[in-house]
Amino acid sequence: MMKFIYQSWWKIAAVLLIFYTIIAGLLLPVPVLPILHETIRNVYFHVPMWMAMFVVFGISVVYSIKYLSSGKEQDDLVAIECVNTGVVFYILGLLSGMLWARFTWGEFWSNDPKQNSAAIAFLLYCAYLVLRNSIDEEQKRARISAIYNIFAFPVMVVLLFILPRMTDSLHPGNGGNPAFGKYDMDNTMRAVFYPACIGWIFIAIWIATLRYRIRLIENKKLSL
Amino acid sequence: MKKLVSLALLLFCFVCVHAQPVDMADQLRSSGKIYVVIGTIAIVFAGLAVYLFSIDRRLKKVERED
Repeated sequence: MMKFIYQSWWKIAAVLLIFYTIIAGLLLPVPVLPILHETIRNVYFHVPMWMAMFVVFGISVVYSIKYLSSGKEQDDLVAIECVNTGVVFYILGLLSGMLWARFTWGEFWSNDPKQNSAAIAFLLYCAYLVLRNSIDEEQKRARISAIYNIFAFPVMVVLLFILPRMTDSLHPGNGGNPAFGKYDMDNTMRAVFYPACIGWIFIAIWIATLRYRIRLIENKKLSL
Repeated sequence: MKKLVSLALLLFCFVCVHAQPVDMADQLRSSGKIYVVIGTIAIVFAGLAVYLFSIDRRLKKVERED
C-alpha cells in the first residue's frame, strides 16, 4: 500500500483526466436550462471538490482507526495530513459554491440549509485542527484526535448529505428540488462528470501523500 | 371578433415569451473564442500539475538522502 504513494502512473492518469474534463467540459453540449445556462458546467468543477474532500476525510478516518489499533505514529501522520488536504478542498468547494450561488440563487450566502450546514461541518474540522494543536503530549494528542476524527466524519456526512435533504433547500438534490443526476444531467454530462470526480479525488490523494512524506522527514529530524 | 383577435394575439405573445430560447454561449463558441478560455484554464492547470510533479521529484531526492 505504501509503495503506491511513490508511484507516478496514477498521478499522470489523474492529470490527464482533469485535462480531458477541462476541454470536454467546456466544449461538449450541455442541457439547455433556464437560470443555470452555461453555469451547469460548474458541476464538473464544483462537485469534484466535495468528492475529493470526502475521500481524503474518509482515508483519514481509516488511518485514525488503524492508529488506535496499532499505535504506530505513521498512521496518525496520514490521518492529520489527509484532514489538512481535505480542508483545502473544503474551502475550494465552499468558495466555488458561493460564486455559483451568487449567479443562480442571487446571493453569495443566502442562509440556505446546505450552505449553513456546510459552514458548521467546516467548523467541525477546524475544531479538529485546534484540538490537535492544544495537546503537547504526542501519544495523547494522537489518540484523542483519532477518536475525535472518527466521530467528526459521520457528523459531517449527516450535516452535508442528510439534514439538507430533509428540508427545503435551493441546492439540487434537496427537499423538493430534484437532484442534478435525475433530470438535468444527461449521459454526455456523465461522461465528463465521473472522470472529473476520479481525477480530482486522486489529485487530493496525491497532495495528501506529498504532505505526509514531508511530515515523515520532519518527524525524523525532530526525533534525532 | 375584436375580442377574439386580441385574445389570440395575447395568447400568441404568451407563447412567444415562453418560446424564447435560453441564452447559451453559442456565439462565443462559433466565433471560436471559447478555445481561449479552455487554453487559459489548461495552462493554469498544466502549471499546477508540473509544479506538483516537481515537488514530488524534489521530495524523492530528499528521501533518498535521508
